[in-house]
Amino acid sequence: MTAAVFFGCTFIAFGPAISLFLFTIAREPLRVIFLIAGAFFWLVSLLLASLVWFISVQISNKESASQQKGLLIFGVVLSVLLQETFRFAYYKLLKKANEGLLALSQEETMPISIRQLAYVSGLGFGFMSGAFSVVNILADSVGPGTVGIHGDSQHYFLSSAFMTMAIILLHMFWGVVFFDGCEKQRWLVVAAVVVSHLVVSCLTFQNPQYVSSLVPTYIIMFLMGVWAFYTAGGSLRNLKLCLTCKDKDLLLANHRAR
Amino acid sequence: MFAAMSASDSDEELYNERTALVPSENPAVPSYIPDLDHSPTEDSHSKAVICLRTRPGGGGGLDQEAELEEEEEELSLKYGAKHVIMLFVPVTLCMVVVVTTIKSIGFYSEKTTQRITVCISKYRSIPGLFSASCIVREVFKTYNLAVDYLTVAMIIWNFGAVGMVCIHWKGPLQLQQAYLIVISALMALVFIKYLPEWSTWSILFLFTLPSCLAADLVAVLSPKGPLRMLVETAQERNEPIFPALIYSSAMMWTVTMANPSDAQHSDTGQPSHLRNVPFICSLVDDDDDDDNDDVSTGGVKLGLGDFIFYSVLVGKAAATGGDWNTTLACFVAILIGLCLTLLLLAIFKKALPALPISITFGLIFYFSTDFLVQPFMDSLANHQFYI
Repeated sequence: MTAAVFFGCTFIAFGPAISLFLFTIAREPLRVIFLIAGAFFWLVSLLLASLVWFISVQISNKESASQQKGLLIFGVVLSVLLQETFRFAYYKLLKKANEGLLALSQEETMPISIRQLAYVSGLGFGFMSGAFSVVNILADSVGPGTVGIHGDSQHYFLSSAFMTMAIILLHMFWGVVFFDGCEKQRWLVVAAVVVSHLVVSCLTFQNPQYVSSLVPTYIIMFLMGVWAFYTAGGSLRNLKLCLTCKDKDLLLANHRAR
Repeated sequence: MFAAMSASDSDEELYNERTALVPSENPAVPSYIPDLDHSPTEDSHSKAVICLRTRPGGGGGLDQEAELEEEEEELSLKYGAKHVIMLFVPVTLCMVVVVTTIKSIGFYSEKTTQRITVCISKYRSIPGLFSASCIVREVFKTYNLAVDYLTVAMIIWNFGAVGMVCIHWKGPLQLQQAYLIVISALMALVFIKYLPEWSTWSILFLFTLPSCLAADLVAVLSPKGPLRMLVETAQERNEPIFPALIYSSAMMWTVTMANPSDAQHSDTGQPSHLRNVPFICSLVDDDDDDDNDDVSTGGVKLGLGDFIFYSVLVGKAAATGGDWNTTLACFVAILIGLCLTLLLLAIFKKALPALPISITFGLIFYFSTDFLVQPFMDSLANHQFYI
């Protein structure tokens, strides 16, 4: 508990996301705005899901624990579906906004491409999702206490942090793949994103058996990452060029010698 | 050159300035003046980044005027987005200060029945000094630091004196902005601590959209409205309008600008833009700003009242219940409201009250997160389910 656990878990959960934000988004005002708008859309989807869950709990039998758990599972599935619906709605809104701007400026290039928007919106969803999942847990970890004193798992904080990191990165990958699928009208891709989100959420039903929930989640995260990389135009070739500092485009853009 | 590029065209077609995430080392274009003599292909280079065009013909087929318009449109979009961020940062900082203070110093979460009358008409230094001394005392108490009265007096006096100089006379822009943020945060903390629960909420509800529209109409149409009298008196006396009540992202209020009629002409809005002093939110066009030589141009102004009430809402969310989800939700809602307000500002090009949309969103999200989302997230965290 206390400071070590708090800082450790915070950096595990939010480290990659904050570094992505600082290096790629913070300098561009437009990207920051779309990030916050993405976070807002996720928040609205959560609100609707909570509303439905709350109503269903009020009209159900509050004593029956299994019924409550069943309602919670229903709430999770509904929330996932609503999140993806709102991702689609955000995509539509961004397309309309982009078209409006294009029509105004009568030029074929846009100030921000749909790929950047996909990345930024995915990260916005991820930030909000991660923050809502883990921030109260982190706040509790500052104070004194013993983890799992009543027989629960002792790895609660650590597993939460790792799970949050996976979810944030997954949201970003899902955003990229989803928008690309919508752009190219490949609805199988969109369905695959929704299904993988459902799978990841349903895997968490096995907590606190963390091995069976965290390991598959991370495998899915790596696979989605590779898929998103290829979707965004990456390839083994330019990855190699980038890592060995021989990428002419990157060097040219940064005005360094080839 | 074209031959070498075409060999790797299939890779490069995906990379240009638009899709690149890693910034080039050239800065963005704040003051780009397009040169009409350039040919279109050279124009593409002068967009501050050397990018590889996907179309082999370059910009040859483009009309120069269309390109000029596109660049201006892009500039206005970047310009507008930059202003939104220039307001996001201080609003966020103010909220962060308020939330940190509330969370770490228990004093502000305790209920008190004391009645403190704060002299709001004398806006100059009394509330700031009073709340600064309060907060300094509480900080020392919380962290168990023993500090003598002399040191505290010195700190408070210096804080107050530098603040006065900075806001009402000359000072570096960052310091002035920092002081305005700190003063807003302190005022918000005073409101949170000393106003009874119901009056804080009723004041916030007063600022939501429907009531604000009504009040705005009254304030404008009635010839004896308080704000109009305030503004007209200030104009008669040739005083600039309350520099301490307005946060500007660029230095607009300096010693040389004593004539408010200059201020009126230099604004793109009509003279009636000054009617809502605490709620002013106006976009200043930097082209007309010739009379002020020592002023950096171009900026959005936001009234300090807006800062204070945003921070009151977020601070209330942080103080009651100790729940971070509600605080985060209010924060995002307020930022989105501010974004929408600035968007409307850019569309309608006249001063708008900055409070209604943000406070409406903030209140909706506060209550819905507190009553609906929080139980849901609590149950999920209990079972460690993730959505």
